[in-house]
Amino acid sequence: MTLLDETVVQKALGRALARGGDFAEIFVEEKATFSASLEDSLVEELASGTSRGAGIRVRFGDTTGFAHTADLSEAGLNRAIEAASSLARGSTSRAAQVAVTPRIFVPLAHEKAIPGSVAKDRKIELLRRLDAAGRGQGAAIRQVNAGYSDSLRRFLVANSDGVFVEEEQVRTRLSISCIALGDTGMQTGYETAAMTMGFELFDDIDVDELAARAAIRAIQKLSARPTPSGPMPVVLAGQGGGVLFHEACGHGLEADHILKASSVYAGRVGETVASPLVTLVDDGTVTNQWGTYSHDDEGNPAARNVLIENGVLSDYMWDSTQGSRERRASSGNGRRQSYAHLPMVRMTNTYLMPGSQSPDEIIADTEHGIYVAKLGGGQVNTATGDFVFGMTEAYLIENGQITAPLRDANLIGNGPEVLANIDAVADDFAIIPGTCGKDGQSVPVGCGQPTVRITKVTVGGTAGA
Amino acid sequence: MPDLIEIGKSVVGQAKAGEEIEAYLVWERETSIRVYQASVESLTGAESSGIGIRVIRGNRVGVSYAGTLERAEIERALEEARDNSRFASEDPHSGMASPDGVEAPTLDLWRGDILTTPTAHKIELAMELERAVKARDSRIRSLNSSNYGDVSVEGAVVNSAGIASYTQQTYCWLWAYALAGTDDETQTGYGMHASRDVAGLDLAFAANEAAEKATRMLGATKPASGLFTVILEPDIASSFLAIAASTLSADAVQRGRSIFAGRLGEQVASPLVTLVDDPGDPRFFSAAPYDDEGLASRRNVLFQDGMLKGFLYDSYTARKDGTSSTGSAIRGGIAGSTTPGPRATMALPGQSSPEQILAEAGDCYLIQSISGIHSGVNPISGDFSVGAEGIRVRGGELAEPVKEFTISSNLQKMLLDVRAVGNDLTFRPGGTAGLTLAIDNVNVSGT
Repeated sequence: MTLLDETVVQKALGRALARGGDFAEIFVEEKATFSASLEDSLVEELASGTSRGAGIRVRFGDTTGFAHTADLSEAGLNRAIEAASSLARGSTSRAAQVAVTPRIFVPLAHEKAIPGSVAKDRKIELLRRLDAAGRGQGAAIRQVNAGYSDSLRRFLVANSDGVFVEEEQVRTRLSISCIALGDTGMQTGYETAAMTMGFELFDDIDVDELAARAAIRAIQKLSARPTPSGPMPVVLAGQGGGVLFHEACGHGLEADHILKASSVYAGRVGETVASPLVTLVDDGTVTNQWGTYSHDDEGNPAARNVLIENGVLSDYMWDSTQGSRERRASSGNGRRQSYAHLPMVRMTNTYLMPGSQSPDEIIADTEHGIYVAKLGGGQVNTATGDFVFGMTEAYLIENGQITAPLRDANLIGNGPEVLANIDAVADDFAIIPGTCGKDGQSVPVGCGQPTVRITKVTVGGTAGA
Repeated sequence: MPDLIEIGKSVVGQAKAGEEIEAYLVWERETSIRVYQASVESLTGAESSGIGIRVIRGNRVGVSYAGTLERAEIERALEEARDNSRFASEDPHSGMASPDGVEAPTLDLWRGDILTTPTAHKIELAMELERAVKARDSRIRSLNSSNYGDVSVEGAVVNSAGIASYTQQTYCWLWAYALAGTDDETQTGYGMHASRDVAGLDLAFAANEAAEKATRMLGATKPASGLFTVILEPDIASSFLAIAASTLSADAVQRGRSIFAGRLGEQVASPLVTLVDDPGDPRFFSAAPYDDEGLASRRNVLFQDGMLKGFLYDSYTARKDGTSSTGSAIRGGIAGSTTPGPRATMALPGQSSPEQILAEAGDCYLIQSISGIHSGVNPISGDFSVGAEGIRVRGGELAEPVKEFTISSNLQKMLLDVRAVGNDLTFRPGGTAGLTLAIDNVNVSGT
């Protein structure tokens, strides 16, 4: 079932450019979500719902007019078109007649396991398993909160350049948070499994093990000592998530920051911006990862883009708006939170390529420092390059050995400096799901890396170095 | 615009025997204008609406939502909520809010000029802001963007226990993000002013703030590590107090997730700190006559001279504790769930001006921006570690700018270590007012 008839789409695009403008786009989206949570071993409210609507974009020169509506009738679309094109009035129209190419339709890969076809009690059963497995790790676990959510997102995007794409995306996520209580107070452990796929996700995920990891993390942190303060060597585990690279250089390589010269990486293509051990890729095509799709929200195919190769900056990430300014194609990185948001340059799955050392070798070779087994979120100021990222499971490294657990803290560094200070890259690898926020819009992303060592980064703890 | 109460009543009127229904409805209009280098980069104008429905049957709760107020979609959502309720665990405390006789404050939060001001004038404000920031200082290289935004929101809560509340509010804001420096160095500064009406916007205030914050960071270096007093500027103190207030939600307390559980009557903060949540105070942009369950807003004292006085309840958590709601229900939009929490929090202002606080602290750091709050503050363990930028203060005077360091301590310890509360209460969009706050014994991690 198509979201909007082809003739209606053509008519809308024609109308959007009737009074001027260089480019018009209609994005129609329908998204159904379901979520359930469990706490105190009780299944709390189940929540589900649907939103549907269209966003209309009209571009003339460097100006974009945008309007959205939940009313997909002709009258509703016309009101949005009127609002989006109001500024274009009087400018020259590039294309009053809009022809679209035959549409591309990308159906779901796993039709049997789409969220709506799976009984609600099967989803709830997962929460009960997480609860039992988390509590099974010991009496110190006082609280378990488990959450399940899934979404089915369908969109149609068509524009005056002839793009006509329809796509379906299904995402499924399971998370657990455990609270342990001890003499030193409360500590938390968190784990999540999330993929761009249906309920078949749980064919591969060991739910009990996921819960155990979260619970053990909370219990271990009860004996955590204050984290040191100041600059020191830090080893980041390959299983811990690649948020460092997402923050230290990912955001700074988004073309909107580049074209406004509000990134420390602006004007540096072809230059060495990182240690030669660093090859960084943004790849929206990795099978089923959290940041994966067939087409981006402007109808461009997802791609594997090498951003930094052996330490040399090779390219930025582009959407069609920034691409048109530089007369180049989008790299498939135009994304939006929903039909009610303007698309912009966003990451997909961003990861560092593995190297050749073994993780154990790197740890053994580190006399003193910190081992971060699990990273938290982060934030960056792209203009200065300063970024932070959190650690939610970390240990001291003493004489090449992982020793005492440490309390949560943020680490702070400057992107280009930290990238230059990477002196070891291991041969392991994992991509972890996350949510990336930019300009008030959230999108699912993946962050990945092998085990790496940074010779010096500032650790924000409360104990002396 | 549609009659939200009327639609809500038609939904709630469908309650079957033994069934309770709550409808939460919103209608919103927004404008968003982004200017870059004297031209409009983007202009967004839109209306949106939606409904969240909660059904309770046999002490089991089910919820659903629709991103529209179309009849058929509302019917579908109601059926979906009913179906969802079948799978929830039975909870004897579940239930809707009932009218409690507390009278709602009369608040005048709607200004027509947001809707009647021509878009061209709003664009001109954003253009003028960009020019004004650049004109403040020749070291301003450019602006990442200069923005105007406004929202007009109406909301209603109707339930089968007799609640029928209606709220409406408008506000608008101007903000700019300035880049200062030469090719060798870039520093950034954020400036903002918000008002209920377009006429009340203070463009010069936002321009000065962005320009000053960006230029005063020029030449910033990484400071040495050590234990210091930090002085949080109002925006930063607002973020800090918001985290502290969130731990006073009865939901967090009952679930054993709050560092303040079981500590009523204890001295948990410096005697200088009196913290209240008062959503009936119209100075807050989050003010409203009713909470998100339709109960009247009221003033709740959280800390009195540093002593823990109370927690924030919605009707569910109140029933669990055998007390009454404090009118603190918050709903995260039509698709969100309802929990109690701070709606409009402020620390009562102290006697000292920011200048006096600086002078008295002597040797310290003034913090103008922080980063990594979501990754570095754990409200359950209290661990606090965030990235920071600001100015080194020597002998009570602003000295050199500093950046790329962290400040860390523990939430509970920081509340007790508050050494001064400023008299400079400021209100910006969000649920917490700001003022200058000085905190002792904070770890600065730099070089």
